[in-house]
Amino acid sequence: MKPIETKKDYQDYVDKKSPNSPIIKNCFNAFWVGGLICSIGQIIFNYCKFRGMDVQLSNTIVSIILIGISAFLTGLNLFNKIGKFAGAGSLVPITGFANSIVSPAMEYKSEGYVMGVGGKMFTVAGPVLVFGISASIVVGIVYLIFNTQAITLV
Amino acid sequence: MVQKKQNGPLASYFDNCLEDEFWGEKSWEKAESKIIKETVNTVISKSGLASDTIDYCFAGDLLNQCISSSFGLRELNIPFFGIFGACSTFVEALMLGAIFTESGAANNTLCAASSHFCSAEKQFRFPLELGNQRPPSSQWTVTGSGAAIVSKNGKGPFITCITPGKIVDMGIKDANNMGAAMAPAALDTLLTHFKDTGRNPSYYDAIFTGDLGYIGKEILIELAETKGYNIKSNYNDCGVLIFDKEKQDTHSGR
Repeated sequence: MKPIETKKDYQDYVDKKSPNSPIIKNCFNAFWVGGLICSIGQIIFNYCKFRGMDVQLSNTIVSIILIGISAFLTGLNLFNKIGKFAGAGSLVPITGFANSIVSPAMEYKSEGYVMGVGGKMFTVAGPVLVFGISASIVVGIVYLIFNTQAITLV
Repeated sequence: MVQKKQNGPLASYFDNCLEDEFWGEKSWEKAESKIIKETVNTVISKSGLASDTIDYCFAGDLLNQCISSSFGLRELNIPFFGIFGACSTFVEALMLGAIFTESGAANNTLCAASSHFCSAEKQFRFPLELGNQRPPSSQWTVTGSGAAIVSKNGKGPFITCITPGKIVDMGIKDANNMGAAMAPAALDTLLTHFKDTGRNPSYYDAIFTGDLGYIGKEILIELAETKGYNIKSNYNDCGVLIFDKEKQDTHSGR
């Protein structure tokens, strides 16, 4: 082994030394679990349409049911086990978003309802909300500038 | 000394093993306070010393303001030094205790440290219920506590020589690869110790590091080799010893 002089040498050496995550296995599990969650959503959606609801209402119902199930499983200490197995497969759909809000709420309950649950609930989801909302504002401004139809509407 | 440790390879050596991570308390922080309190009470009663003959207490943990030790030890009525050395807290306590005892400032000093997997994850990483994946290089914080009394008199074991370590930062930024981040500092301390004392690794029956884990241990052995020291035969890491990585799913050790 050649001697390690700089931080970069050491970083390269550590990268070689540290085991990688099993990417192919993780991708496969993420693919089928994520697909399964989305299929469940589609089944609920089709059922709502079948019962005569319009598209917008059906979409809302799908989100509510998936968020509800995910929050419930988080409370039962099951969602983290699914997440450990499926990774992005369960984190990327709306189930992951629900989990990222419920889990800190549970964790910080011991610090009280106001400063604990209320204050810490968005520690994980907060950045997503901040940048998601900020990005939508930027897109809205761009749309307003370049879309003459929108200006006439204003 | 909870679950993970209880089923661990060293379980039979502990005074007490816990069933769950709350131990009848309302929060993990309170449970950790109770763990260190009970550990300290155990060491005092085992030592046979009256608690008012202990002059100073050095203790610490991983949480902000060392709350586990300061709340856990508040009824102890012994002058208290709260210390933070993260993974090195316990050894730091032993060093300071040894210096106090050697200098004559104290006859008996109490040295303790504690950590709790759940409270540490809560403070430093993600909520436990979050559905994320731990990378293979991540380590598992021990839930437990250890304590010792450093005394002027006694049958031993003895502290004969101490070499405090320097902060060595080789720029590892991955919070899930602590072994690699800490290994260069461990190497530096070992080299300083060998140089100061003029000894070789073979002088020792065993050399231990705290919690480098599997990756850090391997790195330290290889780094020491490049500096001309072979520690392969008598070196081990407590983080490797305390868990059974296959059975307990702790990835890279403590």
